[in-house]
Amino acid sequence: MRISIIKYNAGNIRSVANALQRIGCTDVEITDDIEKLRTADKVIFPGVGEASTTMANLRATGLDKVILDLKQPVLGICLGMQLMCSHSDEGNADGLGIFPVDVKRFQLPEDNSLNYKIPQMGWNSISNLKSAIFSPEMENQYVYFVHSYYAELCEYTAAQTEHVIRYSSALARNNFYATQFHPEKSGSVGEGILRNFINL
Amino acid sequence: MLAKRIVPCLDIRNGKTVKGVNFENIREVGDPVELGAWYAEQGADELVFLDITASHEERKTFPDLVNRIAKGVNIPFTVGGGISELSDADMLLNAGADKISINSSAVRNPQLVSDMAKNFGSQFVVVAIDAKLNPETGLWDVMVKGGRERTEKELFSWAKEVQERGAGEILFTSMLHDGTKAGFANKELARLSRELSIPVIASGGAGKMEHFVDVFNEGMADAALAASIFHFKEIMIPDLKNYLRQNNILVR
Repeated sequence: MRISIIKYNAGNIRSVANALQRIGCTDVEITDDIEKLRTADKVIFPGVGEASTTMANLRATGLDKVILDLKQPVLGICLGMQLMCSHSDEGNADGLGIFPVDVKRFQLPEDNSLNYKIPQMGWNSISNLKSAIFSPEMENQYVYFVHSYYAELCEYTAAQTEHVIRYSSALARNNFYATQFHPEKSGSVGEGILRNFINL
Repeated sequence: MLAKRIVPCLDIRNGKTVKGVNFENIREVGDPVELGAWYAEQGADELVFLDITASHEERKTFPDLVNRIAKGVNIPFTVGGGISELSDADMLLNAGADKISINSSAVRNPQLVSDMAKNFGSQFVVVAIDAKLNPETGLWDVMVKGGRERTEKELFSWAKEVQERGAGEILFTSMLHDGTKAGFANKELARLSRELSIPVIASGGAGKMEHFVDVFNEGMADAALAASIFHFKEIMIPDLKNYLRQNNILVR
């Protein structure tokens, strides 16, 4: 089992590699080598950063087309997931369009009586789970989020979470999977999700 | 809904945990990685590692430790202590830290907050503020150097300034409450929480489980940090979480 993590100008990619090593994956490589990405058993598309500059970087290096053509299971995480959508309000960026859904900024309600904060930072629950990367016992479990932008609900929504509104905390379509939260930082639940992905 | 966070804080000196007493199997070692993993297993939501090493020379080993923590701990963690330049933060980011916390260096050079947010993203930048009520003026003065030195800055305006400069979170320690075990500075915390749009972590004053209920209800805090009561096992995190649940506070 060879796992490739896509290397590009995004922060804290190493934490995904660390998490994979904790669950026993020994052949993990952070790479931007197109041939290695094409032939890996699993590909992870992580990301922390700003959407428009990151997307511009992916286009400049040609990684955008490489990702679209991948046939093995691919897991996008956080910004990685947002870039797999059609469009992001962050920097008005067009994404890869794997998931036909828009990414918008959380808007605090007028009175904000529930004291919502932006960014959403911390542990929130996932529900209505619909994907092989989740196990039934993960319904309503907590995972770790850090984000100001969210993907709307759509037919490819694989998990739902509520923060100001109800949105897609995971998406799945064909061989493409994506989570808004960070499984690599989500304790044992996150490790379970990574394990399920590796075992696809 | 977002859960309230419980955050143990570990002081590190020369690569070892300080105050790490009362831990069977860990006491002799004082290993921050082992202790961090234990807290993660206990249900801690996040960890803070504060390097209190005295000299710059000795601090050079901290990134190695951060690297080991990142490999061994499966929840997010913040590191702080002696971060005064972008290059310090960059080194810790590459070592695997999820967030860094800056305090005195931000007061000395507020531009540092802006530069860090721009370079690494707001989610990476926690600004820690120590403050103390000035009985003469009735204002909360921002303190530096571990609370020993008063500054010209005032708590609420400084908190707003760092938010505008791109801080992702505020960690507020009341020097009036710190070490008293008599509860958090709930009035000031609630005002911070109302006036800011970014999350507020409460620190200073935790002594009993009731204090955590108060800090989340009255203090409107997003997270609560404590050190000795966890390290000395006066409060166990699973018990605390059960108690919070019984009091209708959403926890993981």
